Amino acid sequence: MSKHHVHVTVNGASLEAEVESRLLLVHLLRESFRLTGTHIGCDTTHCGACTVLLDGLPVKSCTVLAVQADGRSVTTVEGLEKDGKLHPIQEGFMQEHGLQCGYCTPGMMMTGYALLEKSKNPQEDEIRHAISGNLCRCTGYVNIVKAVQHAAAKLR
Amino acid sequence: MIPPSFDYHAPKTLPEALALLGQLGDEAKVLSGGQSLLPLLKLRFAQPAHLVDIGRIPGLDYIKEEGGVLKIGALVREAALEASDVVRSRYPILADTAAVIADPIVRNLATVCGNLAHGDPANDHPATMLALGAEVVATGAKGARTIPIAQFFTGIFTTALQPAEVLTEIRIPAPPAGSGGAYVKLERKVGDFATAGAAAFLVLKGGVIERAGIGLTNVGPTPIKATAAEAYLAGKKADEAAFAEAGRLAGAAARPGADRRGSVEYKKEMARVLTVRALRKAAQRAGGK
Repeated sequence: MSKHHVHVTVNGASLEAEVESRLLLVHLLRESFRLTGTHIGCDTTHCGACTVLLDGLPVKSCTVLAVQADGRSVTTVEGLEKDGKLHPIQEGFMQEHGLQCGYCTPGMMMTGYALLEKSKNPQEDEIRHAISGNLCRCTGYVNIVKAVQHAAAKLR
Repeated sequence: MIPPSFDYHAPKTLPEALALLGQLGDEAKVLSGGQSLLPLLKLRFAQPAHLVDIGRIPGLDYIKEEGGVLKIGALVREAALEASDVVRSRYPILADTAAVIADPIVRNLATVCGNLAHGDPANDHPATMLALGAEVVATGAKGARTIPIAQFFTGIFTTALQPAEVLTEIRIPAPPAGSGGAYVKLERKVGDFATAGAAAFLVLKGGVIERAGIGLTNVGPTPIKATAAEAYLAGKKADEAAFAEAGRLAGAAARPGADRRGSVEYKKEMARVLTVRALRKAAQRAGGK
């Protein structure tokens, strides 16, 4: 069982930790770095609650080793807000009631954020496709789609 | 769920990775995208003492056509395959396949070569590669060898790869004029493994089938090459009657087990239906439609 010293840039801050090989990225974020906004849902690569951006791309952090993130950059839901101001994707979820219990929301917002990085005016189909790896058991997705579109309009 | 303990190695070059694998033998597993391997570790279905992460080796993420062959490097992600211009324009069957693997987030990490090397009969690329007559390049410390895909899948979760070899490249013959391919999958929900899936590739000349390739997903202990259906189609007119008979032969070649996705009879029937649909779509594409 090897130990590794990892350096990860998380939400712009350079962080480091001593990790076991088998530590998962989501545990590094939640337990070592105390960033508990990223949720653990199914823990089996299905639900997407643990979605974070790894070098800008959404990944399921329950299915990435912490050591695989060494030297790379991670963005979590805590990184969306800037200078006390919510990111439009966060505004969108609030304004359009894109959440009920809120469990899937951090992952949903990270996927939505990544979609809006490459698509300025996504239609419903495109949004539903993008979030097809993020499960929500409350909303029926209708308001989540609206939330992403709200953010898209704000960002344009 | 936390994986069992292992040592992690992150070689910077392929020779370094191959040397490590040579030393560690069957105690080691190759980690690339990790989207199949890490879930397997968490469930204790595998407990390797070492993981050799090839993810930091530069230069393995190429998709290129060269000398009449499409070459897909070890670190090409499913998302990159799906988005690739050459794939979308010349190999739509590959884009079909990538688009139904897991979900878009998983596809940001999952690799095409890993989808084959994992040896899971439920994975989607094996059927497509069987239909296309691909070859894989297995590289070891002493050099590389090519393995025809039809000889690659040797049993459930087992392949012709040796413990100290890495699947470094997939080679797919460039599609001849008048050819087309398609992959269709039946899944219960996005991200599920196939209840059944079928890949078809047709080379047509004047409406007659010169050559057919058919692969089946998750209806047997290994991916299945439906050879009787392929042989039947050669020389036939590409019409509904021929596709129906080929579908029947492909369904008969399926050897599924019953599980929550369906009974043996249902899955064999789905293999038949999906084969017909894949053939229809392949023929349309071959005709430039």
